[in-house]
Amino acid sequence: MAKLNLLLLAVLVTCAIGLVTSQHRARKLFSDLERELDRARELDIEHGRLQLEASTWGLHPRVEKIATGQLGMRAPDPRRVRVVSSRVVQPRTR
Amino acid sequence: MSAATQGLVRLPVWRARFVMAALLAAFALLAGRSVYLQAMRTDFLQEKGEARYARVLEVPATRGTIFDRNGEALAVSTPVKSVWAIPADVELNAAHERKLAELLGLTRKELHRKLSDTSRDFVYLKRQLAPEAADAIASLGLNGIHSHREFRRYYPGGEVTAHVVGFTGVEDAGQEGVELAFQSTLGGRPGSRRVIKDRLGRIVEDVQSIRAAQDGAELRLSLDSKLQNIAYRALKDAVEQHRAKAGAIVAIDVRTGEILALANAPSYNPNSRTGLSGAQLRNRVITDAFEPGSTLKPFTVALALETGKASASTVFETPQGRMTMANYTIRDSHPAKAVTVAQVIQKSSNVGAAKLALSLPRETMWDHFRRIGFGAAPELGFPGAATGKLRHHRTWRPIEQATMGYGHGISVSLLQLARAYTVFATDGELLPVTLVKQESVVSGDKVLSAQTARAVRAMLEMAVQSGGTGPRARVVGWRVAGKTGTAHKQENGGYAADKYLSSFVGFAPVSAPRLIVAVMIDEPAGGQYYGGAVAAPVFAQVMQGALRMLNVPHDAPLEPLEMPSEAELREST
Repeated sequence: MAKLNLLLLAVLVTCAIGLVTSQHRARKLFSDLERELDRARELDIEHGRLQLEASTWGLHPRVEKIATGQLGMRAPDPRRVRVVSSRVVQPRTR
Repeated sequence: MSAATQGLVRLPVWRARFVMAALLAAFALLAGRSVYLQAMRTDFLQEKGEARYARVLEVPATRGTIFDRNGEALAVSTPVKSVWAIPADVELNAAHERKLAELLGLTRKELHRKLSDTSRDFVYLKRQLAPEAADAIASLGLNGIHSHREFRRYYPGGEVTAHVVGFTGVEDAGQEGVELAFQSTLGGRPGSRRVIKDRLGRIVEDVQSIRAAQDGAELRLSLDSKLQNIAYRALKDAVEQHRAKAGAIVAIDVRTGEILALANAPSYNPNSRTGLSGAQLRNRVITDAFEPGSTLKPFTVALALETGKASASTVFETPQGRMTMANYTIRDSHPAKAVTVAQVIQKSSNVGAAKLALSLPRETMWDHFRRIGFGAAPELGFPGAATGKLRHHRTWRPIEQATMGYGHGISVSLLQLARAYTVFATDGELLPVTLVKQESVVSGDKVLSAQTARAVRAMLEMAVQSGGTGPRARVVGWRVAGKTGTAHKQENGGYAADKYLSSFVGFAPVSAPRLIVAVMIDEPAGGQYYGGAVAAPVFAQVMQGALRMLNVPHDAPLEPLEMPSEAELREST
């Protein structure tokens, strides 16, 4: 009888410690999860900010100004434009 | 031994009993207290206990981003910080004060004034500050200075896309444009949840999610920001050049009914909206109805062809370009003895259009106008879309029916007009228009037969060639078709003699139409006012840029165009 009690006691203690450990681990994992979620949110916000920045740098009036001003680009004279037909590259079979 | 016992003082029995009773009473008191706490005050105590570690957190939701059709951002929400202070807690030395004022973008005097009222618990030092500056302030570690996060909406497109995208108000709710029209899907719903925090403030357990946060959905518009830019610049330049009151332009994709560009002038910068006037805010393309004038003639002609009342070569007599009905004389700008139906469009003959209109039954004409979308707002979901004015055919007098034939006594919005032209650009189908990107080709309602649509298309092409009223609408490398309009503006119930509305609606390339562009210039005051001189060049500029950008195959030789003289562009209404 006493032996059985001792055994049960041992089982009880093991279970109790197991419970505490798993609870602790759960909390730790949870806080990790929270941290990662926070990071995801931050990255999301950063993404929005970068999108905004990309849009601002790529504003068409700005691109146009740089193209015509700094780089001296302009639309070609229509007489100098040759249209290349794609059929030359890929002959159509019928 | 006994002597020792004898020597002890014998204590009275009551003392022992007293101690016993006292101890028992103390136990009873404890038991009673614990019963009271455990059984009767348990809810209150548990609540108080939970309050020590459980917290309800707000979960913020961001508003959805608005993109153009190619994924360029047109409206983005980004977090900003608002810095606030509890004046009584703030102690600043001179160095910190200088640094703080600099980071906040305030002068030291202003900062001092804000912090001087120590009776207040909450003072905003600066709202919507860049996060970097707010972080720098936080790293100073000052007492009594705090910050919280807010969202601010930015519009990279600025004035170019202002009228389509609109803007949001203080509470992050849409107030104008697409921001208002799609508020229900764009707007996020902030949520809240209850959590347990440990002594270091880390969240260790989620107790319950009271309400899940829902971020706003992204929205992809049909707008093409490059084309939008071309359209806005061309329009703005034209409005300035002709010293006009306002202008509007819209471009529609003929295959999908998508609006690729929609711009108004004057415009405004949605990022800093101080001192805005109503004129700047008005989205004329969608919300303003006007009498279109000659741009409506093709519909009269189309109906006459469709009902078999006339053919392209039917001749009308137009004695000296005049026709008098009920004390009102209809005049032509290019008087001729007689015109064919095709010339009604090419030369923009009012008398011809009036005669054609009078040959049609009223009800048929009214029904035809209804079927091409006049008198009903396009289903765009856009706030304040104009329906225009189309009176019921039973109330028409003959003179009204005649003037309606060339676009007076009826009003439409520029968008309705541009959309109606889809019947000529396709083989007679009226397409639904949309501001949201579509994935597939749409089909519309069949309004005209393919034969009629093609016949009118050929007449519209003649109208932009030499001899027509709109040769300045031509572009290099593509065949275009379209119609000019020069309408007297309505004023105090009559028509103003010197105020005009110049317009041009057309499409290209004629061999396989891809794009419809409609331009309207309100009250040009620079001397020129004919649609062919004011609005047609804007059309050509936008069409040229757009077709090149969309890689549309050429259907005309790449040769420079010869532009006609001013006198040939004349037309009225």
